[in-house]
Amino acid sequence: MLELIDTYWLYFLVGQYPDGPLGGLVLTILLSGAALVLAMPLGLMLGIARVSRRRAISLPVGAFVQLVRAVPLLLVLFWVYFFLPAVTGVKTSQAMTMLIVLVVFDSVYLAEIVAAGIRALPKGQLESARSLGLGYGQALRHVVLPQTLRHGLPSIVNQLVSTIKATSLGYIIGLSEVSFIATQINTLVFTRSVEVYLILALTYFILCFGLSRLAFLLERRLQRRPVGAH
Amino acid sequence: MIVLDNVNKYYGDYHALVGITERVEKNEVLVVCGPSGSGKSTLIRTLNRLEDIDGGRIAIDGRDIHAKGFDVNALRAGIGFVFQQFNLFPHLTALENCMLAPVQLKRASKADAREQAMALLDQVGLAHKADAYPDALSGGQQQRVAIARALAMRPSIMLFDEPTSALDPEMVGEVLQVMRSLARQGMTMVCVTHEMGFARDVADRIWFMAEGKILEKGAPGDFFANPQHPRAIQFLADRNRN
Amino acid sequence: MALFDPTILQSGEYHDWLVQGFILSIQLTVISFALALPFGALVAVMRTSTSRLLRAVGTTLVESIRNVPLLAHLLFWYFAFPELLPEGLREILYANNPEVVCAVIALTLYSGVHMAEDIRSGIRAVPATQLEAARSLGLGRAAAVRLVLLPQALRASVPPLLSQTVNLWKDTSVATVIGAAEMMYQAARVETASFRSLEAFTFATLAYLTVSLLISAVAYLFQRRYPVRTAA
Repeated sequence: MLELIDTYWLYFLVGQYPDGPLGGLVLTILLSGAALVLAMPLGLMLGIARVSRRRAISLPVGAFVQLVRAVPLLLVLFWVYFFLPAVTGVKTSQAMTMLIVLVVFDSVYLAEIVAAGIRALPKGQLESARSLGLGYGQALRHVVLPQTLRHGLPSIVNQLVSTIKATSLGYIIGLSEVSFIATQINTLVFTRSVEVYLILALTYFILCFGLSRLAFLLERRLQRRPVGAH
Repeated sequence: MIVLDNVNKYYGDYHALVGITERVEKNEVLVVCGPSGSGKSTLIRTLNRLEDIDGGRIAIDGRDIHAKGFDVNALRAGIGFVFQQFNLFPHLTALENCMLAPVQLKRASKADAREQAMALLDQVGLAHKADAYPDALSGGQQQRVAIARALAMRPSIMLFDEPTSALDPEMVGEVLQVMRSLARQGMTMVCVTHEMGFARDVADRIWFMAEGKILEKGAPGDFFANPQHPRAIQFLADRNRN
Repeated sequence: MALFDPTILQSGEYHDWLVQGFILSIQLTVISFALALPFGALVAVMRTSTSRLLRAVGTTLVESIRNVPLLAHLLFWYFAFPELLPEGLREILYANNPEVVCAVIALTLYSGVHMAEDIRSGIRAVPATQLEAARSLGLGRAAAVRLVLLPQALRASVPPLLSQTVNLWKDTSVATVIGAAEMMYQAARVETASFRSLEAFTFATLAYLTVSLLISAVAYLFQRRYPVRTAA
């Protein structure tokens, strides 16, 4: 196994870069991070819309969220991959396609996290903010959302873990993320499948388990320092 | 200053406020008491429109607060409300809690707001806790910060919704002391409370409520010595026994 | 070529492919569910056991499976696992739909550990005081667990378990990577053969939507009929 790692570690890490587009583990991590960051503002807006008292806003957004969550990510990936170039006239790369789909999915799941957080906040917080004369928007910005996001941080980190796992689906449209590279290596070496795929699994494990431990520690820290009025 | 004219409110079929017609004068300290479920919290919450009404009229400083196009936020900025559960903002320090509204509503620059907030915290005896977060403060301290926060908007009326009911007995005194000094300064106050000692000493008038109606009203001296309505007599008897 | 030709969805060769794909997707879901649920229950019991060893084994299983994407699991079971089998078994595997068998193994393990977590959270949702109360009435441990703990734990577990079932249904789509001829595979096959990607993907979308929403509807009705009544 060690000589396997020794020979292919760079390829595994960055794919064909710099002789080709970026790939491998680095691509997986960059795509996931970028998707989550780009999805945050969208997820925030959708989450606020979800809890809006105006049904004209909350119902369509709710329907959209339910719809996105009812179909497999792979299906959305196929839709975007096959149809976006036809619609926009621009040929999108696999990486860009993956990024767009991840952003859509992440924003929907982040919206749920935000909505749940807002609903979980004690009613008195919004009431006292409004009683001081702050408008609804100001109350959201300065009182509700800071607390919601702080409480939601462990869930957001877990969403990053989900995103990292989701990037593996790029394999199916030929994206050179880390699972794809592993299979390429397997084809080259051919007789060491078990080792190749164990290394792949271990890589994901270290990354995802590490992050979910972080989420767990964040959750513990939040419980010890209760950010909530009596 | 506050005029209630035939105010009615329903929760579904339940008649929570029944034809309330009263006045509260400027600089007056009014205490509203009564058994639980009598509608006292509901009544006080209608004054800053945390609850809306189903009939009648409420006018503050001569203006109907339910008029079309009425600016609710401006109304609330001019009225201070102190909650039973304090409701301090846990992600902000005591000082920041008091500064938030004045700064965001453009009533003061950050520097002026800070100065004013410090002065108010000093007034409630908590200047040394200005940089503390609410979870580091006792219940009594949190409530005093909540009062300072409400005062930071320079309101003309202060409303208190059972401000000491969630406190351990030994902390009730420090909060009542702040309220007494506010009363001495001439603030118009409406307090829903069970603290009869406070009512006796500080109130100018008392309203006794039960089942959505004001059954008895009068000066504290008269009310405590000579209650008229049978429900009031019962209420005071229960209180004294405990 | 018409923009959208629904006739190919209603009959003909392409229609048959898509329907076969749909059927296999359902089969994968049902078989994996039937295997994953007992597996998940077993792991949940291990994780809540009083034995430190059992708890450690349970946790290792859950964390090592959960933190690796389903696609990587599928690749492992299809490409690597057969290498570990003795010659004879390997031949048997290759002769009997290895794509489906490996897909079921991967889906069972992956779904199973998620179900284990749902069941475990259901168990933990029942306050310890419930068992204490049952024991102080004189019930033995087994009876207390059976009559007081499990009914409440299961009722609390059903909503997340139903949600996990929807996830399982969606996850069968990933089996296409190892060549299992489920719906995504067939939709892509139709696309390659006829360029009718719009119709093929519409079929797949409707199929996934319908089953997902159906399961969600069941979950909603269950919660209406058996709401989780916590000890106040």
